[in-house]
Amino acid sequence: MSMNQQGRPTGIENSTNGSCEGAALLPMEPLLFEIGATDHSGVDLPDVELNSSRLGAYERQSPLDLPGLTEPEAMRHYVRLSRLNYSIDAGLYPLGSCTMKHNPRLNEKMARLPGFADVHPLQPVSSVQGAIGVISELGEWLMALTNTSAVAMSPKAGAHGELCGMMAIHAAHTANGQAHRTIVLVPESAHGTNPATAAFLGYKVKPIPANSDGTVDVRAVEEALSSDVAAIMLTNPNTCGLFEPDVKKIADAVHKAGAYFYCDGANFNAIMGVARPGDLGIDAMHINLHKTFSTPHGGGGPGAGPVVLSQALAPFAPVPFVRKNGQELELVEHAQGSQSLGRLTAFHGQMGMFTRALTYMLSHGGDGLTQAANDAVLNANYLKTRLETVFSMPFGAQHCMHEVLCDDDFLKGTGVTTLDFAKAMIDEGYHPMTMYFPLVVHGAMLIEPTESESLKALDAFADTMLELAGAAKAGERERFTSAPRKAPMRRLDETGAARSPKLKWVKPD
Amino acid sequence: MRYLPHSEADRAKMLATIGVKSTQELFDVIPDALKIKEPLDLPATSPEYAVEAHMQALAGKNHTGGDGPFFVGAGAYRHHVPASVDHLIQRSEWLTAYTPYQPEISQGTLQMLFEFQTQVAHLTGMEVANASMYDGSTAAAEAILMARRITRRQKIIVSGGLHPQYRDVLKTYLTRDEGLVCRPPNRQGTARIIDEVDETVAAILVQTPDFFGHLHDIEALANAAHEKGALLIVVVTEILALGIIEAPGAFGADIVVGEGQSLGNPLGFGGPYVGLMATRQKFIRQMPGRLCGETLDAQGKRGFVLTLSTREQHIRREKATSNICTNAGLCALAFSIHLSLLGELGLKKLARINHANACKLADALENVPGVSVLNKTFFNEFTIRLNTRAAPVVQALADRGIMAGVPVSRLLPDEGELSDLIVLAATELTSDEDIAALVSTLTEELS
Repeated sequence: MSMNQQGRPTGIENSTNGSCEGAALLPMEPLLFEIGATDHSGVDLPDVELNSSRLGAYERQSPLDLPGLTEPEAMRHYVRLSRLNYSIDAGLYPLGSCTMKHNPRLNEKMARLPGFADVHPLQPVSSVQGAIGVISELGEWLMALTNTSAVAMSPKAGAHGELCGMMAIHAAHTANGQAHRTIVLVPESAHGTNPATAAFLGYKVKPIPANSDGTVDVRAVEEALSSDVAAIMLTNPNTCGLFEPDVKKIADAVHKAGAYFYCDGANFNAIMGVARPGDLGIDAMHINLHKTFSTPHGGGGPGAGPVVLSQALAPFAPVPFVRKNGQELELVEHAQGSQSLGRLTAFHGQMGMFTRALTYMLSHGGDGLTQAANDAVLNANYLKTRLETVFSMPFGAQHCMHEVLCDDDFLKGTGVTTLDFAKAMIDEGYHPMTMYFPLVVHGAMLIEPTESESLKALDAFADTMLELAGAAKAGERERFTSAPRKAPMRRLDETGAARSPKLKWVKPD
Repeated sequence: MRYLPHSEADRAKMLATIGVKSTQELFDVIPDALKIKEPLDLPATSPEYAVEAHMQALAGKNHTGGDGPFFVGAGAYRHHVPASVDHLIQRSEWLTAYTPYQPEISQGTLQMLFEFQTQVAHLTGMEVANASMYDGSTAAAEAILMARRITRRQKIIVSGGLHPQYRDVLKTYLTRDEGLVCRPPNRQGTARIIDEVDETVAAILVQTPDFFGHLHDIEALANAAHEKGALLIVVVTEILALGIIEAPGAFGADIVVGEGQSLGNPLGFGGPYVGLMATRQKFIRQMPGRLCGETLDAQGKRGFVLTLSTREQHIRREKATSNICTNAGLCALAFSIHLSLLGELGLKKLARINHANACKLADALENVPGVSVLNKTFFNEFTIRLNTRAAPVVQALADRGIMAGVPVSRLLPDEGELSDLIVLAATELTSDEDIAALVSTLTEELS
C-alpha cells in the first residue's frame, strides 16, 4: 500500500481494495497493520542493558509482529476511525432496552482524579478509605432507591449481575434444604440473558406466556409454580415497555410457593424515584449502571451490574463487601465461614463505573432522579402519541413506560421489512431503534428516547419516522431495501462473515 | 437540572399532546400502594462544583501511586499510560457509542476490535482472539467452561500458582461441581501437575508468570496435556511480560487468557479492566464473547461486523454457553491504542525496563537482613520471605508512605505457612530512589 508523506494512504491505489473511498470528512481508514511499521513507536523509552536476566529459558524467540505508530500517526488513525461511529453525543440513539442517555462529562473528570484512578485494589485498606467510601455510598444510594437490604457491588455487567443474583438464590435454596428446586420461570418476553443465566446454573427454563396486552399472565405463573420451582425471572417494566400491574400478586404467589423473585433491572430508568423494587416484592435485581446511571457504553462496555438483595438473600451476597467498623470501612474479602456465594471477580468490581454513577446520582439528587424517570416516560409517551396514527402498536391501548413498542403490521404489503426500515433511518441521520426484540412481537421495533432528548429533538425524530412510514406506504421500496446509502458503508454481508470467519488481519502473500 | 432539557412549558405542551393532565397519570398503571409516597431521604440536585468537592474529598482520603514508593502488583500493575490514549478514548464517537449492532455506522468500533483481536493473537502467539472479556479472572472461568465443551470431559486441574482470587472465581463459577481440582498454593513454583493428567482431564490451567512471579515450562505442560487428549490453558495476569517472555502459543497452549490492564488502563482500584482470550482457529465456535470478522459490503468494500453471534446469549437464550454479553469495549480500545503506540519496538523496550527494575529491586532486597528472595525466575514481580509475619510489616511501611507489595496472607489467610511472604512488583515507574527508600525502611522495620 502506498502512502503519502503524512503516512496517509493515497486514495487512488487504495480504492482497488475498496477500503479508501469517502469524502474528505468521512474517510475510510486502512488497518493499523497496513499503516504501522515495526520500526515505528510513539513512546520514547531508554534502552537498558540487562546485566543478569532472571528469565531463565523463557526469553521470547517467536516474532511479535506488532506494528507501531508515532503519536501523530496514532491520532490520525484513531480520530479517522472514530468518525465512522454514530454516538449519543452526535444524535438521538433510541435503542430500546439500552437506555442511551447523555453521559455527563463531570463523571469522566471525577473518575480520573488520581485519588481514584491511581489507586491499587490491594493496597492496605487503611490507605484507600475514600475508594471504599465510594463503594459504600453508591451502595447506599442503590439500596435507598430500591428499598432493599443489601447490595452486591462486584458484578461486571448486567449478565454477570444476573449470574450473581441467581447464584444467591441457588445458595439460599441449598442452605434451606431446597436444592431439589430445579425450574426457573421466565416470561417469553425476557431478555435472552435471563434464560441463558438460568441454564448456566443448571436450571430448567420454563417459559411463561404473555397476556394479549403484553403483560405477564398471573394465572399462568400460579399454574406453573410448584415445589420444584426455584425462582421467577421477571423484567419490570417489561421488555414491551409496560409496567407489570400484577407484580405484587406475582411476587406473593412466588414467595408462597417457596421460590424467589429475580427482577431484571434493565428498565429501572422508568421507575427510579417513582416505585421501589423492594416494595414490589423482588428478592434480587441487577442494576445496569451503564444504562440507568449514565456510565458510558464505550462501544460495548465496560458495564457494571450491582445486584440489590432482599433480607432473605443478603447473607448469600458475594465477596467482597464493605463493612462499617465505627469510622473505619473494612473490606470483607473472604467467604470462608459465612454463607456467601463466593467471589465473582478478582478485586472489587468496576470502580471506575462506581465513581461515575455516584457522581451522576449526586448531580441529580433524589429529586433529579425522579424527574429523570418522569421525563423518560413522558418522552416515550409523547413519541407514542406522535407515531401511533401511522405505526402499529400491538399494546398501544395503554400508556407505555420509558419505551414504545411497534410491530411491523404497518409495513404489510409494502415489501419493506423492519430491517429495511431501520437501515433507512440511518440515511436520515438516526441510529435505528432495537429491532426484532422482544420476540413476542412480529418485526418488533423498540424505541427508547430517554430523558436526555429535548422536545425539538423528539419532534424532529417523529417527523422523520412519519415521513419514512409514509414513503414505505407510498411504494418507495427501493429507498428502504437499498439503504443505507449515505453511511460510510452499504449493507454488510453478515452471512458471509459467519460462513468463513476472518477474525484477524493476515499479511498478504 | 442541567442534564434534563425540558422546561415546564415543554412538559405542559407534551402532556397536552398526549392528552393527560400530569405525568403522574402516565404512571397510573402502577398501583398506588406500590408508589413512593414521601420524597426519598436523599440529597437534592447539586451544582457541579458541589459534586466535585464531595468526590474530591473522597479521592483525597486515598494514598495514590504517585504519593510515594509503590511496589503493589499481584494482578494489577502501575504503568505509565501515554497522554494521547486517554485523550482519544474520551472522544464522543468512542465513549458514547453502543455495541456495534448497526455495522454501517459503527465501523470505527468494529475495525478497532478487529485490530485488537489481531494484536492479542500476535502477542499471545495464538491463531485467533476475541473482542475482550470482563477481566482476566472471569476470562479464566470462561476458559475452563470452553475446555469442557471442546473435550466433553469434566476434570480441570488448576496449578497452585494461580492468583488466589482467580482461583476463587473458578470455584464460584463451578460451585456445583466436583471436577475442579485446585492444587494448593505453591510458593516454590515447581509444577508437579504433569503426573496428574489422565484421560479424564479436560484441561490443566497454569499461570505464568505465576502469582508468586515464577516462570513456568509451558511446553512440558502442553505436551503432557496433549498426550492425554487434554488442553492447556495459560493465564497471564501481567500481559506486558509477553514482550520479553515466550508466547504461550509458541509453547503449544490451546487457550490463553489474560488481564490486559497493564496496557492503556489505569489501576483504578481494580476495574474496569480488560480480559483477553485467544485460542486455536478450530475452537472458535466454542469460544465465548464477542467476535469481530471481516466481510464485504453491498458494493464490495471491505468492512467489519460482529460475527458468530449465534453462540451468544442474547440470541441463543437458554442454549447459550457463556455468561458474557457485553465486552470491555473502551478498555480494549485503550489497550489497542497503547499497544499501537508502543509497537513491537516499544513493547520490547518497556518489558526490558520492567525486568531490569525488578532485577535491581530483587538484588537490593536480597541484602536486607531477614529477607530472602524466593524466585529463581521472574519478569517484573517476585516473592520475598521475611523472618516475621508479613502483613504487619507491610502495614507499618504503608503508614510510613511506602506501598511495599501484597502480603500473601491477604489473599490466602488460611495458609499459615505463607504468612511471611510478600509479592512485590517493579515497573518502568519504579526509581532507584524508590528502591533505596524501601530497602532502608524495611531494614529498620525488621531490626
